[in-house]
Order: sequence, then C-alpha cells, then structure tokens
Amino acid sequence: MTNSSGAPASKQNAWQKMTQSKYFVYVLISPLVLVLFAYVIYPLYKTFAQSVFDQEGALTFGNYLSFFTTEANLESLFNSVFISIVSVITCAIVGVGMAFLLNRYEFPGRKILSVFVLVPMALPPLIGAISFSFLYGNSGIFPRLFQYIFQLEDVPFAVEGIWGIIVVHTFTMYPYFYLSASAAIRGLDLSLEEAATSLGANRVTIWRKIILPMLTPAMVASSLLVFMISMASYTAPLMFGVERVMTMAITLSRTNGNLDMAATQSTILSMVSIAFLILMTWYQNRRNYQSQSKGVGVHRTEVRSSRIKYIAAVLSTIGVIILMLPIMVIALISFAVDGEWTTQIIPTKYTLDHYIELFTDSRTWGPIKNSIQMSIFAVIGNIIFGVAAAYAMVRFQFKGKVFMDILIMVPWALPGTVVAVNLISAFSEPSVFSLNQVLVGTFWILPLAYFVRQLPLVFRNTQASLIQMDDSIEEAAQSLGATWWYSFRRVVFPIIMPGILAGTLLAFVQGLTEFVASILLYSPQTMPLSVGIWNRMYAFQFGTACAYGVLQTVLIIVVLLVNEKIKGDSNQTGASLG
Amino acid sequence: MKSVRLDHVTKMFGKSIGVHDVDIQINSGEFFTFLGPSGCGKTTTLRIIAGFYFPTKGKVYFDGDDVTGLKPNKRNIGMVFQNYALFPHMTVFENIAFGLEVRKLSKREIKEKVERAQKFVRLEGYGDRKITELSGGQQQRVALARALVIEPDILLLDEPLSNLDAKLRDETRVEIKRLQVELGITTIYVTHDQHEAMAMSDRIMVMNQGKIQQIGTPQEIYNKPVNHFVASFIGETNIIKADVIKVTDTHITVDIGQGTLLTGLRENSSPQLDFEKEKQVILSIRPEMINAGEGTNPLEGIIQLSEFTGMSINYLVKAGDHELKVMIVNAGTEVLGRGDSIKLHIPESGIYFMSEKR
Repeated sequence: MTNSSGAPASKQNAWQKMTQSKYFVYVLISPLVLVLFAYVIYPLYKTFAQSVFDQEGALTFGNYLSFFTTEANLESLFNSVFISIVSVITCAIVGVGMAFLLNRYEFPGRKILSVFVLVPMALPPLIGAISFSFLYGNSGIFPRLFQYIFQLEDVPFAVEGIWGIIVVHTFTMYPYFYLSASAAIRGLDLSLEEAATSLGANRVTIWRKIILPMLTPAMVASSLLVFMISMASYTAPLMFGVERVMTMAITLSRTNGNLDMAATQSTILSMVSIAFLILMTWYQNRRNYQSQSKGVGVHRTEVRSSRIKYIAAVLSTIGVIILMLPIMVIALISFAVDGEWTTQIIPTKYTLDHYIELFTDSRTWGPIKNSIQMSIFAVIGNIIFGVAAAYAMVRFQFKGKVFMDILIMVPWALPGTVVAVNLISAFSEPSVFSLNQVLVGTFWILPLAYFVRQLPLVFRNTQASLIQMDDSIEEAAQSLGATWWYSFRRVVFPIIMPGILAGTLLAFVQGLTEFVASILLYSPQTMPLSVGIWNRMYAFQFGTACAYGVLQTVLIIVVLLVNEKIKGDSNQTGASLG
Repeated sequence: MKSVRLDHVTKMFGKSIGVHDVDIQINSGEFFTFLGPSGCGKTTTLRIIAGFYFPTKGKVYFDGDDVTGLKPNKRNIGMVFQNYALFPHMTVFENIAFGLEVRKLSKREIKEKVERAQKFVRLEGYGDRKITELSGGQQQRVALARALVIEPDILLLDEPLSNLDAKLRDETRVEIKRLQVELGITTIYVTHDQHEAMAMSDRIMVMNQGKIQQIGTPQEIYNKPVNHFVASFIGETNIIKADVIKVTDTHITVDIGQGTLLTGLRENSSPQLDFEKEKQVILSIRPEMINAGEGTNPLEGIIQLSEFTGMSINYLVKAGDHELKVMIVNAGTEVLGRGDSIKLHIPESGIYFMSEKR
C-alpha cells in the first residue's frame, strides 16, 4: 500500500490499529475492574486474610476450628439457617396465597386489598422491626389491649424471640413471593388449562400437572432471594434481642474485641451469600417458561354465595388494617410526647413538636443532613460507575463478562454487616485505594459503604434500558456524522435516562434508610438518620424516633410512586416503537 | 456523487465467513442492489461500506480515496436502517436536524434544509410530531429525510421496505426511486425481494453464502443467469437436467429423458458453460416461455394442478419424468382442469443452458 500523506496518516493508523484491536476493550473496562477490585474484592480479601493469617502472617485454620467447635457459634449458624428456612416457607404461603386470591378471584374488597398488599415494601428496614415491637411486642399495644380487656395478670401473648423475627420477616418479605407469583399467574396461559380440561383433566390434576410446575421457577427464585435476605437480617434480631444469629454474632465478636473471630464469621456468612447469588444467577439463566400466546386476559372466578362474599369483605378489611397498622402506629407515636408512654395501651399525650424539631433543632436535623449528604456522594459514584458498567456490559464483548456480572452483584448479596466488616478490615490503615488515608472513623467511610451496597441498583436499571434500546439507533447517529461522545450525549443518554433516574432514586432512598452497615461504621459526628432512630429508641424518645421513621417512609413512598410513573411513561414510548 | 469500489474485500466473523472476496465497482449516480437470501452477506457488505465493520482483507475506496479505516461518522454517508432507528425521544424535526447539528450549521440553515427535506418526503407540517405518533410509512419517510438532508455522497438502504405492508411497500418503492432519480445520488440498496431489486435497480449483485454469484442489469440477471442459484432465485423457472446430443455453431440439441429432444440457441448459454467438455448440462426454462399448442420443441403432458389468477393461467404439467410450471397469458383462453392432457411447445429462444457446476 502506498501512503501518500506521510507521517500524520501513519500516526492516525497507529491509533486506529490500537482502537480496532480486540484487546482495546480491556483498556476501556479497566477502570471498572479497578473500582470493583478496590472496594469489593480487596475488602473481602482483607477480611478473609484476617481470618486465616495470625499475627506473624502464618497460615492457620485455628479460627475456623474454634468457630466449628464453639457451641454459641454453631447455635448462631443453626438459628440463622433455621430462621431463613422458616421465613421462606411462611413468605411463600402468604405471598403465593395472596397472589392467587387477588389474581384469580373476584370478591368484595379485592381492589383495595391489591393496592395495599405492597405496603410492606414501603417500610424502611428498621421501621418494620420497630413497628412490630410497638404493636405486638411484650409491651406492645395489642398484647396490652387484650390484657386490659380480659383483666389478666400478664400479657396473653407477645411477638418476641426467634418467632418474632420470623413474623417480621414474613410481613416484610412476602411481597417478593407475591410479585413473582403474580407475574407468573398472569403469564399463565388460560388456554393451557382449557386444553387440559378438554383432554379430560380435573381441577386437581390441572393444579398438580400444569399450574404448579409452571410456577416453580418463580418460586425457586423467590425462595433463594428470601433465604439470602433472611440470612443477612440484622434489624429484626437486634430489635427482639436475639443474639445467637450470624449477623449479631459478628457484631458481638467485634464489640468484645475478638476481631479474628468476627472476620471468620463474616467470611463464612459471605461464602453462604455468594454461593446463593451464584445459584440464583445460574437458575435464572436456565429458567424459561414464557407463555406462548399473547394478550390473554386474566380470568377471575367470581365469588357468588352471599355469605362468602360477606366473609370476604370482612377479611379484606382486616387484611388492609393489618397491612396499614405498622405505618399507622409509627405515625401515631410520632406525635406522642417523649417519655410519657409507659404502661398505657396507647400514648396519652400528643404534640407536634417532634416534626418542628426535625427541621429546627440542630441536634435532630444533624442526622438528616448527614444522611442526605452521604447518600448524595454515594449516588454520584453509583451513577458514574453504574452507567459506565452497564454500557460496557451491554455493548462490548470480552472474556470474563459473566464473571464481572456476578462480581457487580456481589455487594448486593453480601449482608450489610459483612460489607461494613470488610470495609473496616480494608480501610482501617492507609491504602492506595483510599488515597493513603485511614477512612474508618471519618465521614467518607459511610458514603463508601452506601456506594458499595447500592452498586447494582443504577447498574441493573441502566442495563435494562440499554438492552431495550436498538443498536442501530447508535449507528444511525454515527452514520449522520456524530462522534461517539456526541451520540452518547444526545441520543443514548436521553433514551436511557429513565432507567438511570429510577436506579438513582432507589439508591438515594436506600442510602437515607441504610442502618445495618451504618451502625458499625458511624461516629458521633457522622451519625446517619437510621442510627439516629435507633439511638432515640434506646433513649426512650419514641416520638422523635418515629418522626424520623415517618420521614423515611414518606420518602420511600414518593420514590416508589415516581418510579412507577417513569416506568409507565418509558414503556409507552418503547411499546409503540416496537 | 461518489463512486464506490470494494477491492477484494473479505470479512470473517471469528472462523465463519461473512463475505468472501467481494470485488465490485459501483458507479457515481448508480442505483445498485445487493440481492440474496438472508445470511448471504449482503448486509455485511453494506455495513463494510458504511464503516460499521472493518474488512478482514481488502480495501474500500470512495472515488479513489482509501476509506477502509475511516470511521462511519467521517464518511458522509446517508443510511436508512431496516427498523429506521429513529431517535424515540426527539420530534420529527429534531430527528431530521440531527445530522445538520452535528455539522454545526446555523439555526436558520438547519430550519431551511429540514423544511425542504420534509417537503421532499411529503411530511410538511409534521415537524412537531413525536416519532411514536407516526405510522410505519411516515416513520420510513422521516428516516429517508434524515439520511438525505445531510447531502450524503452515498445513500445506503438496508431492507428499508421490509417492515411495511404490501400496498405501502409499492408506494414507498416508487417514492425512493423518484428521490434517487431527482437527486442523482449513488444509492446502494439491500434486499431479499427480487421484485424490488428488478424494479428499482440499474445493476444488481446477487449473493449467496458470502460470495458474489452474478453482477448485471436486471435483464441480464433474469434472462442470462450464470448458474442454477441465480436462475432459481430470480423469478420462477423450470430446472431440468439434460444430456448434450448435438452441438453446432448456432444450435444445441439436448435429451431431457425418454428420447425427448429439445433444441435451443447456443448464444443462450451461460459464459461458464463449455460444450466441448461438458456433456451434462442444466436447462432453465421460464414458465412464461412455454406456450400451449403446436410448434417447435413440442411436448405433451397431463395437467396436475390448474390455477386461474386472472392475468394468467398457471399449470403444473407432468411431461415424461418432469413436472413443468407453465404460465399462459389469459387471452380468453379456455382453462383446462386436473387430468386434462395438454400440448405444449417451447421457442428456441426460451431455453437457457447452464453448467451443472454451481
């Protein structure tokens, strides 16, 4: 080939050669890998290292040996697994039952119940546990009410201990089953059942051979999810004072100064969580029971007998009340005067002061301001990383993509307690990744923890929008003369904006309500909102605690509604473009 | 308007071949079509010209300038995508204006040009509409306007009609041809539809399995296909194996079995066919070349299927070992039914000889 224009052209050729090389993609993804390495793998490794190396740096399995020979540890592990398994079963029964009831039957009160059935999703993690102890705990409203009515010596019942944890889990996590089972039921092709009937099958056979097998994928996925979240649960055990579960055991080892044991317990819990994450990813990739025919209307059996109708209406009302009680009790107590509610059934004195104080008293405003600041910093990081990672994962082909996909999801699978322990192990001494600073004890460790915990949120949402976007749209922009950056700015970014926004809002509100990692990482100057709630609870200032809680709940509801709107709008444009 | 030359271009995808050794010259102002079944490499070739793929081997020239490594956004091409690839978050006006904004034209100029382009594709007054409010045909015209408004050197169209329904497809086809003739723009058109290709093109390149089969005008491709693939892909035809009996300077006589002899013109044979060496050949006889009644190359057969379409009568006739598709133009002729016997004849010019080798 003759090159007429000489040096500049050959320079351009060198650049082209480089950018066209199939290895160039690795240059592009290297910053993403670096972030994952620095803030996910390296902290995970530091905790692991602490559990297997002694002071002199020699390899030892002493910690693991002592873990598996100490009765308290074994009991914690057993309890965690037991609670998780029972939670899966109870959530499945409630969630799937609700899904069938609301999707397959028409009865008085169905519409209102189907709106309120998702209310538990709006409860901030700490608030869920607190409200249950207010309502049904040892000195809760209902036990005392029954004690008063029947003039008993003691409260007749109370939600406490391990079963208390399970009740809270059931209430807060059944929506996972409800959502996936509802989707599966709506996807069930009615013609399949009709076909089975026409072939002579009765109701029982249809259920056994058609409906249940088709629901299995949704059930398995939800079971894995609920199991994972139950294993990571920290607030419910804390609230009900159950010390023998894994997450509590980790924090106790830390408070007792046994850091090596805390690291060992963390590592064991991480391994369980990551194993479940991999199992879940693998399972979701192989499941595929999509309905073949489109647009089949959901068929609802109408309840005809007037007696059953009456019962259904009453039960629906009770259901709605039970669903709303946690939020209602938090709202009620947020008006109660601190320290005045002792042995009465419900508080007797009310005031608006807590809400006024929230924004006027610098001591109550402090945690709100901290949480907003820290969430904003975390979210900025999430947007930059999440958008870049989503773009790379959707657009580029490279080796190790599956591995990277799992790696991004790891922080989501890791219990908050473990994330905190990992960050403490990694950043309690200066390192390259913290710009040679000690981060533990500073302001920055909290946004970092939020960043890590919410890493997958913006990523997943952006990825979903990108997958929907046709490749040729970007090519069209290029063919019209746009550079990569111009077309990203003017075309790609506006199209995936709804996805980014949805993920960002979720990440932001999760930052504002984060408790589990915060409680291990905060310092008095950097106390976030949820820790503020906990400390007020501890100091018997229930009113202020609940006012904080109402604030969090309102924020979550607003974000969920906005996201619903965003989703609706973008589906509209997407659908008609086909 | 620029000419395009592909100099022995090969594109590999891993180990599989996308296109193999494509060597073509597309003239300035020409309407050139890549035709072939799906997966034949036609879209791959188009994307190499657009710059979305870099050839594994070979070079791409626009008017003699090597553009092989040039990025798509530096090529000044207008491209219309199969699914239009309109920007869903922009209005009609903003979509058409996109390429002009990239080129940093003034607001006034952009407005002027976009309005002219809208008029050109008959979408005046649609500027503020959202893309989602347009019908398929209108979306198609926006895509065309967006590609044309930047005054591209080459217009690339990737199956632009495949998402339209039949009636709209005919209308839009005429529209595209009108625009191309008026602007005199070099146009490369990808399709799997032979009717589209025949109706619109100056020249057609027929491709199969990543290789060029034949390049020629629609008449050449239809009347003188070089091989079995081209003959059967373009239009309907009867493919018959035959033994060569007699070769003269002007005529060829072959035996199609059971002593049935057919004679055709020697000039009606594919250039790759060598009568000195090959004693077995393939005949291609178009259904409309076979006539009813007495005449040269007479045949007799039984009607298996009879189909009246209004304009013509189509028969499937069993003659000896062969099932022949026959098309007779309706001139008030009596329509025969299944089981009737029919006399047929084929004019010498209606028989086309091809090599048995693909």
